[in-house]
Amino acid sequence: MKAYIIQRLLSLIPVMLVVAVVVFFIIHLTPGDPAAVILGPDASIEEVNHLREEMGLNLPIYEQFLIWITKVVQGDLGWSIYMDKPVLQAFLENLAPTLSLALMAQIIAILISIPAGIIAATKRGTFTDQTFMIISLLGISVPNFLLALLLVLVFAINFALLPVAGFQPLSSGILPHIQYLILPAFALGAIQAALIARVTRSSMLDVLNANYIKTARSKGVKKNVVIFKHALKNAFIPILTVIGQTFGQLIAGAVVIETVFNIPGIGQLIINAIMRRDFEVIQGTILLIAFSYVIINLIVDLLYGFFDPRVRLSAKN
Amino acid sequence: MEPLLKLNQLKTIFSTEKGKVTAVDDVSFEIHAGEMVGLVGESGCGKSVTSESILQLLNEKTTNYEGKILYKGKNLLELSEEQMRGIRGNEISMIFQDPMSSLNPVYTIGNQIAEAIMIHQRVGKKEANLRAIEMLRLTGIPSPEKRIHEYPHELSGGMRQRVMIALALSCKPQLLIADEPTTALDVTIQSQILELIQELREELDMGVILITHDLGVVAEVCTRVIVMYLGQIIEEADVKTLFKSPLHPYTKGLLKSIPHLDGDRTQKLNVIKGVVPSLQDVPSGCRFAPRCDFATEQCHENPPELLELENGQKVRCWNYEHILREAKDHAVTTSENK
Ligand SMILES: Nc1ncnc2c1ncn2[C@@H]1O[C@H](COP(=O)(O)OP(=O)(O)OP(=O)(O)O)[C@@H](O)[C@H]1O
Ligand code: SF4
Ligand SMILES: [Mg+2]
Repeated sequence: MKAYIIQRLLSLIPVMLVVAVVVFFIIHLTPGDPAAVILGPDASIEEVNHLREEMGLNLPIYEQFLIWITKVVQGDLGWSIYMDKPVLQAFLENLAPTLSLALMAQIIAILISIPAGIIAATKRGTFTDQTFMIISLLGISVPNFLLALLLVLVFAINFALLPVAGFQPLSSGILPHIQYLILPAFALGAIQAALIARVTRSSMLDVLNANYIKTARSKGVKKNVVIFKHALKNAFIPILTVIGQTFGQLIAGAVVIETVFNIPGIGQLIINAIMRRDFEVIQGTILLIAFSYVIINLIVDLLYGFFDPRVRLSAKN
Repeated sequence: MEPLLKLNQLKTIFSTEKGKVTAVDDVSFEIHAGEMVGLVGESGCGKSVTSESILQLLNEKTTNYEGKILYKGKNLLELSEEQMRGIRGNEISMIFQDPMSSLNPVYTIGNQIAEAIMIHQRVGKKEANLRAIEMLRLTGIPSPEKRIHEYPHELSGGMRQRVMIALALSCKPQLLIADEPTTALDVTIQSQILELIQELREELDMGVILITHDLGVVAEVCTRVIVMYLGQIIEEADVKTLFKSPLHPYTKGLLKSIPHLDGDRTQKLNVIKGVVPSLQDVPSGCRFAPRCDFATEQCHENPPELLELENGQKVRCWNYEHILREAKDHAVTTSENK
């Protein structure tokens, strides 16, 4: 198992390298001169050139890349000229709200979707099943910012139950923290919930038709035990896969939702950085997001082994 | 003596997208304690549906049962789900057609056998595990105390089938339904498994329904045979009678198709001309008429009843007497020629 994890971690290196190259070149090849943006429209050409030199922007692009990547490998993700602090620090400061938002969205999504999927599967073809599937189709097709606005309209403005926007850190109490996050988390988690519900349903339907389910019933096992012990554990692999995959989407969606709800998270960090052409922040943040994404995938893969002994065995060998 | 199991005009009707189909149509037979009865017929004739109907394992929303399934005099179709659970795996057990997919891949085999024991015998986990080990030992699995910690994919097909048998027999059932327990296995393992079922039947005085394609197997281990065609019983007799003087043209066809002992036993029975019609368009007269060499006008128009003869043999054919006479004449002429 240890060897397997090490092997997997090593295999992340080329992936991260590709991400680094792509991010770097996309940013550096897009028009827009950071030096000019920093100095504003009134700056003279000399001043701009001077700053470009200071920032290393007039070096050939591959040299710029080498300088950057060498620093990254050493753990130095760069410096934000605007915020005047290390990129890593800016990232970590903005991470907590995003993480809270994403986790809460994921938890809401899982709590709604897995039971819904199981119920739909066991009541296949009935009114309940069809209703759930129509709701999930809506969940997938409505863009999350639209859902966010609708939720705000109903729960924050019409009924005034929840705050319209803003954020309270966990340090100011769990209740206000949740109060501020619940609408954004719901708006963000809706698509996840819909996707997971559909996968849960189809995976459960597959499994419920399997021969071993008949065997379980032929032993005299209770219906609920058949569903939750014999079927669900088998159905969990595809469910886990979507949860893992959609966590990436969740982070992407968080960027949008943070903007709608004015939450000081990674989304705002990136959007502000893009508007200011704060190159090092953009590069560093995207790299870190990609890194967390592959780590999450690794964790998901390791979890497979928990649900499926066949995976465990092949990992051993 | 009261039979252990008595099916009384059982009908199993599926609601499908294309309408209702009656996969098992008016099937009646009896099984006594300690008796091994063969249930044979081509693929799709309703053997599995019949056996799964007995335990009501088919999809309850799309399946309707008619008739009676009397187990020790009680009609199983009238029992509640909870009462049925008390029968499943405890008094009546089943071994399924495909050992490779009949065990749950994510639980150890020990867990799966112990589960059945804990449900029916009110014992704790430890005791259940010990009994599971005992059952595995009984089915001839080497070092069972280690095996209980293994997962199905770590075992060969033969071993998995033994696990299925151990599982089915773990609560000492009175009736075992073995649905082609050996088709997926190679010949030596096949005969070992059959021997095992045979031994356990004697030991537990268990009734056994053995479903198989292989009439050779039936000849070896069964005392009685039931032949099904397109959802109906078309002939039933004790093994000797059936092999010596089959009355139904379909049974004759089946017997002709037995491969020789040294040949490939796993080959399916498919030498009868023509194909089995689908359940959607069952012939209105005798169901075998489109494929029968002896078919007359009457055969195409009216469905024959299952008749019971003096010797206890049952047959569903208008012309069985004629066929019997012809067979006798044939036997006489061939012996004269010698
Ligand atoms: N759930 C179902 N819905 C509709 N038709 C079904 C269903 N299950 C089985 N059938 C049909 O019932 C018929 C009998 O099937 P069954 O599985 O009992 O055949 P079998 O005799 O066991 O064949 P085999 O030897 O291949 O196992 C087949 O025509 C099959 O298509
Ligand atoms: S009833 Fe007629 S068609 Fe049917 S099996 Fe007998 S002879 Fe053949
Ligand atoms: Mg079958």
